[in-house]
Amino acid sequence: MASIDVRQTPDGTEPTWTGALRRRLVASLPPDQLLPDRQPAYVASWIYVFGVATLAALLAVIVTGTILVLEGPIWWHTSTVGHFVNSLHLWSVELFFFCMVVHLWGKFFMAAWRGRRALTWMIGALAFVGSIGTAFTGYLVQTNFDSQWISTQAKDGLNSVGIGAWFNVLNTGQMLLWHVMLLPLIIGVLTIWHILLVRRRGVVPPFGAAESVQAAEAEPEATA
Amino acid sequence: MLTAGLIDLNHPGYYLHWGVIQVSLANAIVILLMIVVFAAAILLPFPRSRG
Repeated sequence: MASIDVRQTPDGTEPTWTGALRRRLVASLPPDQLLPDRQPAYVASWIYVFGVATLAALLAVIVTGTILVLEGPIWWHTSTVGHFVNSLHLWSVELFFFCMVVHLWGKFFMAAWRGRRALTWMIGALAFVGSIGTAFTGYLVQTNFDSQWISTQAKDGLNSVGIGAWFNVLNTGQMLLWHVMLLPLIIGVLTIWHILLVRRRGVVPPFGAAESVQAAEAEPEATA
Repeated sequence: MLTAGLIDLNHPGYYLHWGVIQVSLANAIVILLMIVVFAAAILLPFPRSRG
């Protein structure tokens, strides 16, 4: 009869990898920080709205993009509903970039990397660059004369920097997979990572304002 | 369709030239609008919560 390991961890639980992972997750992402009831007073400003507005626009991009994936190019070229959803996809992307740029300007002039928030800033910057790539590949997969023209213009620039061999803008299938699979996956991961970091570190205070109590409690060294 | 009826979109874009800078009028309008919205977000008061 096999013996059962009954060794206990300091808090009384068995030493399992799931338990260790759970304790680590709860320690690094406490539920009251993930979904807080209150925010610091300085968050009551319109400039703090554009991050979540970007997120809302991204949600619209994903929903309309998913419908386009389900129905396909013939539908979005010939059907009136298809034209409408295609337009919604385009304009939600416009709104996404509009809000993201205003969010970026606001955080830049606030020096939002203060208080151990450098990683939050860098992940946001990477998400911005990744979003530009996703938008560009979107132009390449419209399957119309516009996408043909853009791809033939883009190939020379990309070949000149040596990446044309494995990122071929003339290959519609490859660009379609980058646009609907690889890049959205990267943007999704970066966005979730960015949001978790914002929750972990708290929103950046304006210059001169004290750090929020929540952030100070979570990271005492950050406010020293 | 409605927009296309109101504004004739069936022509090449209008471009602004300023030295080495070249930007389409549509993009210039969007950039100006972003600056206006950014300034408004800084200056306009945020509605206070009830109570």
